Amino acid sequence: MIDKIAGLVNADIRLVRRGRFVTTTFMIVIDDTYTLLRVEEGRITKVAPGPFITPDYSFCLRASRKVWEKFWEPLPPLGYTDIFALVKQKLMRVEGDLHPFMANLLYFKDVIAAPRLEAKR
Amino acid sequence: MSPRFEPISGRYLHVELLDKPHRLYVEEAGQGVPLLCLHTAGSDARQYRALMNDKRITANFRVIAFDMPWHGKSSPPAGWQGVEYQLTSSDYMRMILEVVDALELDSPVAMGCSIGGRIVLHLAHEYPERFRALIGLESAAHTEAYYDLSWLDRPDVHGGMVCAGVVSGLVAPIAPTVHRWETLWHYMQSGPGVFKGDLNFYMIDGDIRDRVDKIDIERCPLFLLTGEYDYSCTSEGTLDIARRTGASATIMRGLGHFPMSEDPEKFISYLLPVLEKIREQ
Repeated sequence: MIDKIAGLVNADIRLVRRGRFVTTTFMIVIDDTYTLLRVEEGRITKVAPGPFITPDYSFCLRASRKVWEKFWEPLPPLGYTDIFALVKQKLMRVEGDLHPFMANLLYFKDVIAAPRLEAKR
Repeated sequence: MSPRFEPISGRYLHVELLDKPHRLYVEEAGQGVPLLCLHTAGSDARQYRALMNDKRITANFRVIAFDMPWHGKSSPPAGWQGVEYQLTSSDYMRMILEVVDALELDSPVAMGCSIGGRIVLHLAHEYPERFRALIGLESAAHTEAYYDLSWLDRPDVHGGMVCAGVVSGLVAPIAPTVHRWETLWHYMQSGPGVFKGDLNFYMIDGDIRDRVDKIDIERCPLFLLTGEYDYSCTSEGTLDIARRTGASATIMRGLGHFPMSEDPEKFISYLLPVLEKIREQ
């Protein structure tokens, strides 16, 4: 699913506009699989699969594959609909420099949930 | 063609709240039993517009909603610039009772959502004789913070955007798009630090877990309605209050934390039977 994020985000001009001031690299961790995603002015310009020796990123979202798969269902089950729902239940950790994430929360929530759109197709 | 107005009227009430003069914005529609509606943290009384436009409700209830001081069109009291806004249980209760007195409401029903759903539990515990009935929407006795609240009020993060971002996931994923974004717009318009100040009550000061058992629903009936998608005030939290007090509780399918504004039609279908029970009392 993660490989679909770039295409889905970049095709959504409203989402790219919402993220027009975002330039950063963040990491998604699924079990022990690491992926770095580079964002430049709201567009995902690089998706780099790990492993990494010295990954350089601002923030990281970490959860099990089981949790991510439920989160990315077209209509996720109760408790899996939102990042903070997962954080509250301690099913996801959000770590690192959270400033880009919190300052652009509506943008990142849609970026990270983008695979739901693919699942709907 | 004549102008198409809604049946809602809005006025500024001059009232002393917490020993300070206030100019409080109050909206109302309908006639009959006063139904005083309390909005969520960081939002305002616009959340209740659908109720005020529903004749099934306004035929028998005088629906009243006010913007709390610091919220919506109710400005903070003079001197606010030197104060950090922090809502507490005692101030919140006192303010509601002072508004009830100023409006000369006789034994109203009070209905609140989220922080409003929490304060009705405090009112049920401390002032049951002042109300005909209490309705808690998204009521839980306590909610632990699940993010660092300081993000909500700092100059390098847009307050409106982060507040809307934080609460966006509390709206049910199946809520109508237009209502979802209207609900979020209210959050985007909140003043700096106001949502955070309300959460002082919601996540810190307003913890009522140790007094829930003392709520006596014989003295004032208590009705609880909670959306199944609400992960802040959870269904479990609401059902726990119901179990401990004997209050009536319904988990509303397909709704989240802002039922009255995120999907008004669905919410009203759950509210009408409660209002009918209150009328039959």
